[in-house]
Amino acid sequence: MIGRKLASIIRLAMSYIVLIVLAITALYPAIWIVLGSLRPGKSLYSKHFIPDQLTLVHYKELFTSQVYMFGTWYVNTLKIAICSMLIGVLLTLLTSYAVSRFRFKGRQTALSTMLILGMFPGFMSMIAIYLLLKEFHLLDTHLALIIVYAAGAPLGGTFIAKGFLDTIPRSLDEAARIDGASNFGIFARVILPLSRPMITFMALTQFVGPWVDFIFARLILRTKENWTVAVGMWDMVNTIQNSNFTLFSAGAVLIAVPIMILFAFLQRLLVDGLTAGASKG
Amino acid sequence: MWQRRTRATILSAIFMGLGQIYNRQFIKGIILLLIEAACVYYFIRNLGRALWGIATLGDSPNHLAKVNGITKMVVGDHSIYILIQSLITLLVLVLFLIGWVMNIKDAYHIAKLREGGIAANNFRQSIRYVHDYKFAETFLVLPAVGILFFTIMPIIFMILIAFTNYSAPSHMPPAKLVDWVGFETFRNLLALKTWSHTFYGVLTWTIIWAVLSTVTTYFGGLLVALLISQQGIRFKGFWRAILIIPYAIPQLISLLLMRNLFNGQFGPINQYLRYFGLGGLPWLTDPFWAKVTVIIVNMWVGIPVSMLLIMGVLTTIPRDMYEAAEVDGASPFQKFRIVTLPMVLFTTAPTLITQFAGNINNFNAIFLLTGGNPVNGNYQYAGSTDLLVTWLYKLTLDQNKNNMAAAVGIIIFILIASFSIYNYRRTNSFKQEDMIQ
Repeated sequence: MIGRKLASIIRLAMSYIVLIVLAITALYPAIWIVLGSLRPGKSLYSKHFIPDQLTLVHYKELFTSQVYMFGTWYVNTLKIAICSMLIGVLLTLLTSYAVSRFRFKGRQTALSTMLILGMFPGFMSMIAIYLLLKEFHLLDTHLALIIVYAAGAPLGGTFIAKGFLDTIPRSLDEAARIDGASNFGIFARVILPLSRPMITFMALTQFVGPWVDFIFARLILRTKENWTVAVGMWDMVNTIQNSNFTLFSAGAVLIAVPIMILFAFLQRLLVDGLTAGASKG
Repeated sequence: MWQRRTRATILSAIFMGLGQIYNRQFIKGIILLLIEAACVYYFIRNLGRALWGIATLGDSPNHLAKVNGITKMVVGDHSIYILIQSLITLLVLVLFLIGWVMNIKDAYHIAKLREGGIAANNFRQSIRYVHDYKFAETFLVLPAVGILFFTIMPIIFMILIAFTNYSAPSHMPPAKLVDWVGFETFRNLLALKTWSHTFYGVLTWTIIWAVLSTVTTYFGGLLVALLISQQGIRFKGFWRAILIIPYAIPQLISLLLMRNLFNGQFGPINQYLRYFGLGGLPWLTDPFWAKVTVIIVNMWVGIPVSMLLIMGVLTTIPRDMYEAAEVDGASPFQKFRIVTLPMVLFTTAPTLITQFAGNINNFNAIFLLTGGNPVNGNYQYAGSTDLLVTWLYKLTLDQNKNNMAAAVGIIIFILIASFSIYNYRRTNSFKQEDMIQ
């Protein structure tokens, strides 16, 4: 009995050590870049981890200079991200609910097709999408990005979402059906509440997309006023590269912060055991 | 008696909706009539040009011509625009034909019912029927249209491009025309020394990369998830929140940041190594070390995703399974092997495959970190860490070798797809998806 207790203590101690090491690895780059953005001067090299002086001058430059319109880019990105997230998540949920709960002709084929389509390199379609948007006179508009991001969402998310929906016991659907719920009622009242962790996950992925897409967005958005933060950031990296590391850091922090705040809030939704007791009733 | 069904079928074949009106389904019939009218108008204007376009890809380039004695630049055919316009028209045609066939079937079916003395559904009943029995199909229409135009159409387009000579410098519209060339691009890519050497080199590294990066992130994520979910570990939420941070930082930022961290001259990593008396490593400039670096950095980026996903699955495993295992006297390891692992693998198998495919196409990890460099002198427009995707990117957007890029894309797709489909069909989540519940 004592041996067993000792083993358990050792196991826990080891686990904590590993966790602490992992935590440091995870945090270090983030802390480093925040400190970098607060450092005076331009250089990447710093003698100490914590700089001797702290300054906010780089942030001020991003918002006030003529070259970097971070304020505008921010609003653009936020708009695109929110719209494409809402539509994309809805499309993905519809798709995954249909393929998870219903058996219809061509279902297996549809699943395989989606799997195959997901394997084509995205770049192969980029030029064609560009031409397609040109046909519809949507170039240099935010609507174009929203449509493309949202339309692409089911392709990436359906399998993950379907995998999750498959684990929601079907007895719940049947119970609701006996109580007189329609297909749509089951979707809205049973599936949606139970898949909150999955929706959170999907919404986050979808929301983050526009913040980081610097290639497709750069192809579509031509005027500087329409840019997203990612395009602006990439442009900045290309023009100043290693010569102004601190300004780059400030921009990086500004992009990362809203997303990280969102993560912090939505953490709570990923609560353990949402369905753990659902089937026992 | 059979005349009614024949009449309805023929009527709806002649013009969509007529059969339905004949069946006394007026609202449905009128809607279909209007749809057909719009489609016919569209096809009269576009179909002829579409067929001509896809066959010839245009026949007159920009050229000089004498108009009223003055030499002028005449705008010719832009082969690529013509190709995409033709493709869109043809896709609309396919959609129309599907709708047309469905309309005929519907007219026939309802006429048959009416012969049996059953009244046709009125409009509200039709909607009700769709809502109750064709629910899944209706749900899927919207995503399907999106996928058709923004995924399938572009893919067909690029496949077609691979069979043309659309490349710089001698076949770039609008100045020059593009022509169909058959399999010549593929022949050059696979057999012509200058191209094939690069192709096989990049392909080998792509596969090594995809396997290593998928395995390291998946099992890394599994280990971390199990570590946190262990009994007796406190502040689970806290640990999870900390370890998710690399995922919460957008890749664009974190990878560019890593590029600076691993900077050979001024980066802090080499700074620390030197502080401990070790020489700094050429993290991003040596071909071998650059490969090691991308894999390590990819673990940093990818493990949190897998961890989040697997922790999500762990929460859905019914507690009674563990209770049953405990009653049977299973040790923690046995519980892991018999309950946890199969459940996790079952739910995440498709994800694992998508991750593998995703890693083959993992553009960000390479492009932002090394840009495909260090440069490899023996390669055609590629560097030592270039994956096929980043090579594609360079071929299309930097070099304008569009046909070559499309061919590379198709070949890698065929390899991956055949492997993945085989693998996917074997995994349990495909075979027994109805059995687990």
